[in-house]
Amino acid sequence: MQTAVSQTSPPKKSFLYDPKVRGIFYQVVLVAAIIFLFYMAATNAIENLQRAKIASGFGFLNNTAGFDISQTLIQFSAAGGTYGDAFIVGLLNTLVVSAIGIFFTTFLGFLIGIARLSKNWVVANVAMVYVEVLRNVPLLVQLLFWYIAVLGALPQPRNSLEMGAGFYLNSRGLFMARPLWGDTIWVLVAVLAIGIVGTLLYRRWAKQQQERTGRQSPVGKVALALLLGLPILTWILLALLGTNPITFELPRKGTFNLTGGMQVLPEFVALLLGLVTYTAAFIAEIVRAGILAVSKGQTEAAGSLGLKPGQTLRLVVVPQAMRVIIPPLTSQYLNLTKNSSLAVAIGYPDLVQVFMGTVLNQTGQAIEVVVITMGVYLTISLVTSFFMNIYNRRMAIVER
Amino acid sequence: MKKALVSIAFGLTASLFATGASAQATLNSVKQKGFLTCGSNTGLAGFGQPDAQGNWTGLDVDLCRAIAAAIFDDPTKVRFIPLAAKDRFTALQSGEVDVLSRNSTATMSRDTQLGLDFPVINYFDGQGFMVRKKLGVSSAKELNGASICTQQGTTTELNLADYFRANNMKYEVVAFATSDETFKAYDAGRCDAFTTDASGLYAERLRASAPDDHIVLPEIISKEPLGPAVRHGDNNWGDIVRWVHNAMLNAEELGVTKANVEQMKTSTNPEIKRLLGTEGKFGEAIGLTNDWAVRVIKHVGNYGESFEKNVGEGSRLKIKRGQNALWTKGGLQYGIPVR
Repeated sequence: MQTAVSQTSPPKKSFLYDPKVRGIFYQVVLVAAIIFLFYMAATNAIENLQRAKIASGFGFLNNTAGFDISQTLIQFSAAGGTYGDAFIVGLLNTLVVSAIGIFFTTFLGFLIGIARLSKNWVVANVAMVYVEVLRNVPLLVQLLFWYIAVLGALPQPRNSLEMGAGFYLNSRGLFMARPLWGDTIWVLVAVLAIGIVGTLLYRRWAKQQQERTGRQSPVGKVALALLLGLPILTWILLALLGTNPITFELPRKGTFNLTGGMQVLPEFVALLLGLVTYTAAFIAEIVRAGILAVSKGQTEAAGSLGLKPGQTLRLVVVPQAMRVIIPPLTSQYLNLTKNSSLAVAIGYPDLVQVFMGTVLNQTGQAIEVVVITMGVYLTISLVTSFFMNIYNRRMAIVER
Repeated sequence: MKKALVSIAFGLTASLFATGASAQATLNSVKQKGFLTCGSNTGLAGFGQPDAQGNWTGLDVDLCRAIAAAIFDDPTKVRFIPLAAKDRFTALQSGEVDVLSRNSTATMSRDTQLGLDFPVINYFDGQGFMVRKKLGVSSAKELNGASICTQQGTTTELNLADYFRANNMKYEVVAFATSDETFKAYDAGRCDAFTTDASGLYAERLRASAPDDHIVLPEIISKEPLGPAVRHGDNNWGDIVRWVHNAMLNAEELGVTKANVEQMKTSTNPEIKRLLGTEGKFGEAIGLTNDWAVRVIKHVGNYGESFEKNVGEGSRLKIKRGQNALWTKGGLQYGIPVR
């Protein structure tokens, strides 16, 4: 039996019932509502600030600051520095303590993480106690502990501990000789550059040679000779010729304290110690988890190929573990950077202390200052995770 | 610390959505709440500090109690909110506190750019230095090269920079968020000198591990007119704060004390009659009752009584009246007449 095929196309659904159109419609409404909310909040805030006669806008960044800061990596003084300069000083102090902290905490974290897996009972348990104690005490408490411990243990400036080679230690910090660059410093820089290029070339050649013949070359020793030996030799030679490229300004005793030389503030040391030891406890657990994630068969296979335990760890286990380690490691780096804002409790002039503390209070422009500070931390975090993501992609297993 | 941050965050959010103030807005909201919120020091002996039982005492605290007494006839209807120097103005701007009575220096920029008003000066002060005796320093001019501990976000921090620049001396500043942290660091030997308002130096010295090892240097390097602050724009509220303080000054000048205020109501002296509200309607003019000053003096006392009890001879601080004596005794405290 044949039925008549309807010639009319299915009844055209109303435009209103098209799920796609509806979806777009609701999203547009949502975005508009959010924009409107922000617009309302912003205009309302500006209006209220004006009515309350509170200064607003970002012009304050060009005003003279009028206060001093203990640690400044750029030229900054109460006389000439602006609030904008104070912002940069604080930002640099945050970046410096974060960068140095990330470097040391990675090293310490890996060391402890590997130690936790040691077959030596004492080593493994010392590492375990370290992790359990450090990660279970709030960081703020640890920072205060380090600050008080560091301050309490050190002598007053008049009885500074002399440690030789121009190093002194007292309650105002660590003092060391300041290097002054001579006229011939460029020779030294050039030699160092040659050393770096030479090392890279030699490493490439050594790798190619190993792939071709299986013979291994003493890369470490050669690199040491090129990177350290060559510049030091040049330095001695230049010094003998009477044009010393580096001279040192030693700290001298002043009325109150040592003057001259370089000074590392106790606030910086306490903050760095606190951040490094605290974050290392977390990194140690991440490293341990990463290593345990590599199946035991890999280690056994490496052993049966005749690799020594050190080589097994370096060449077989760690490269595979890195895939598991890197993403949570990135979070720890971000945590360390953000935690550095606890510096405010021990008087280290980081971004929060200088900018959200002194500048906010002296200018009273809370909204602007808080917005800038949040923006800075967001940017630092995004940049860090951007680079870690690139590294992660390079380390990821290449599927064939 | 965290609490302060949270309060700033809330305050900012509130200021984003708050609507404008109307006349008598602060007084009405205080009456509605049933208590006054007073921004106080986190702990400064003689000016604002909770005792072992949690009762706040001090010269600045008394001013808040006096305001509460004038409004509610009850000096306990105050909630004290301890604020670090760097958080205090934000807390006031955002409405978290009704009045900031926290040894804050009145300056032009704070008055004009922070949206604040300083109705009165309840303590005339100046900035000084404290050092350890064994340093052998006898003048601030000898502090070239010293490390100096100070609290951040204060006029102290700025005066310090000015003073060393003007005298062409070098120094290392170590700034902390709270007065407590600042003094602890000085006491632990982090700094050679500690600087704040002279009144604060005497108060903090009491907390040193060995108070007698420290001396206050003779130089006073700045003018620090300390007083309560209110938000700009609510003039009625500013008037209340101004007149509560002036009532305390006038009471001292006229000999009206906590003990004799009830008898003084029958006085025939027209100045006392106007002050105590038995003549005229001065209290109603600022939105209070006409016996507002009686309430203040009955519960808190006059300015002299409050001074002696908190910072003067009756206290551990033993600060002389000096500039804070009444004008009739060679000081700067001058009660504006009630008429």
